[in-house]
Amino acid sequence: MIGFVRGFLLGFAGFLAGLQDLAQFSGRVVSRSFRPPFYWRDTYEQAYMAGVGSLHLALISAFFAGQALGLQFSRQLAETGSTTLLGMLMTISVVRALGPDLIGLVVAARLASGYTAEIGAMKSANQIDAMVAFGTDPIRKLAVPRFLSLLVMLPALVILGDLVALIGGAIMAHFVAHISLTLYWQQVQRNLSYGTILIGLAKPAVFACLISWIGCWKGFTTTGGTRGVGMSTTESVTLCSVLILIFDFILTRVLFSILHW
Amino acid sequence: MIRFEHVDYSIGGRKILEDVSFQVVKGTTKIILGPSGIGKSTVLRLILGLVKPERGDILVDGESVVSASGDQLNGIRQRIGMVFQDGALFDSLTVGENIGFWLLENSDASLDEVDRIAREKLVLVGLDPELIDSMPDELSLGMQRRVAIARALASGQPKVILYDEPTTGLDPNSLEMVTDVILRLRADLSMTSIVVTHQIPDALKVGTDYLFLFDRTVHFEGHARELATSVDPDLAHFLDPFKKSLITAVANFSATSAGSGAASAAERTHPQ
Repeated sequence: MIGFVRGFLLGFAGFLAGLQDLAQFSGRVVSRSFRPPFYWRDTYEQAYMAGVGSLHLALISAFFAGQALGLQFSRQLAETGSTTLLGMLMTISVVRALGPDLIGLVVAARLASGYTAEIGAMKSANQIDAMVAFGTDPIRKLAVPRFLSLLVMLPALVILGDLVALIGGAIMAHFVAHISLTLYWQQVQRNLSYGTILIGLAKPAVFACLISWIGCWKGFTTTGGTRGVGMSTTESVTLCSVLILIFDFILTRVLFSILHW
Repeated sequence: MIRFEHVDYSIGGRKILEDVSFQVVKGTTKIILGPSGIGKSTVLRLILGLVKPERGDILVDGESVVSASGDQLNGIRQRIGMVFQDGALFDSLTVGENIGFWLLENSDASLDEVDRIAREKLVLVGLDPELIDSMPDELSLGMQRRVAIARALASGQPKVILYDEPTTGLDPNSLEMVTDVILRLRADLSMTSIVVTHQIPDALKVGTDYLFLFDRTVHFEGHARELATSVDPDLAHFLDPFKKSLITAVANFSATSAGSGAASAAERTHPQ
């Protein structure tokens, strides 16, 4: 029993130390984002990889998730004879929750693992030390471009994903709920309030911070060669996924308070 | 030129170096010998300021690496080139971009200028300048090491090159080429070098001074002849399998020291 408690306390202390380290690392990334030198070419390359590289995954996931959601709502609403509300429910669900969460998780799986694996492999091969030895700040060169590019690209992906998910819902509205597409899109437009848009854009911005900070931090703290890179990559994706869901709730609660909803 | 003063260094509470003091004189090649995991590479990392000692000081041209600010440290690093273990070339960059990394990051040199310098450095280390657009993984290990040396030479104005296990894992032909480059840089450019290795025959070929690290401390510091006659039991045990190479090295040292002994003695008396 004492051993269990001791193990738990040690584990908790390690978790807190890790959290502190992550917070310090994130602070360094943010502070370096506003001071030269800026690596615009690296930022552009990362933006291309994050945006264009994740586009097909984000759109396919959003399209089918939108259709599944539309199908579920259509059946439930048909039972109460209120299928005309499908557009409203789809808008609120997709823009406020499904879009940011789904695309956040898809991008986390793809990019957090990529960031950690790439930086972790560089660390294992002494390339990070080589960078420092040649007078280049590796946080500035590697982490800041990933952070800035994802901060722009994830909200952009979510906007496109939301649109495609709503199109998926429209297909269900037409073929399953048998309501007119004009009515569906009118409902979508009517319920696309500033508050909903704010929630729909604030979440991916926060998720972009989580994915880039955790992905890079796990890479920079990788130890133990290729096995260590593998472990860091797994931990990175797991941590990002869990934190995205936790922050989804926290942000919803906070934004509801701000918007007096 | 480089001086360690009573340096202590630990990792995770485990003492790696304890009261380590030595100096490296301009134009010489100091070989740091010792078994694997004894802290040889740590010495190089300490010189570059990649890690900080718990106690003591490290001076490069009289400037403390330990108390240097970020900018001062970058200034010191410009005078030191580093060849990392396994080369540590940036695998997403071409050979030319690797060699020109420092120039692209820290100077206003144009791309044409960087290209010209990279080709020059490739020639200097005995490689074909047409390799400039190759990726590191297209090269053999020996070529990668020489590209790493070229990169170190193109980084600022290096007066010292640090080599971390430069010949480990190389075939005899590549090994010969790498050791030749190290020797040529000393002969042609008077480059000061510190070579960390546990490959005794290579060490004896390129070294002018030797330092044996064992059990956290310096057990020996001196020339090849003194290395061969040292009574330190740990050093004797370490060198035991390489007696033949050692005898050859001492003979070579005796032959060459007749001409250059006076100059070396003067340098040791007045290190920069």
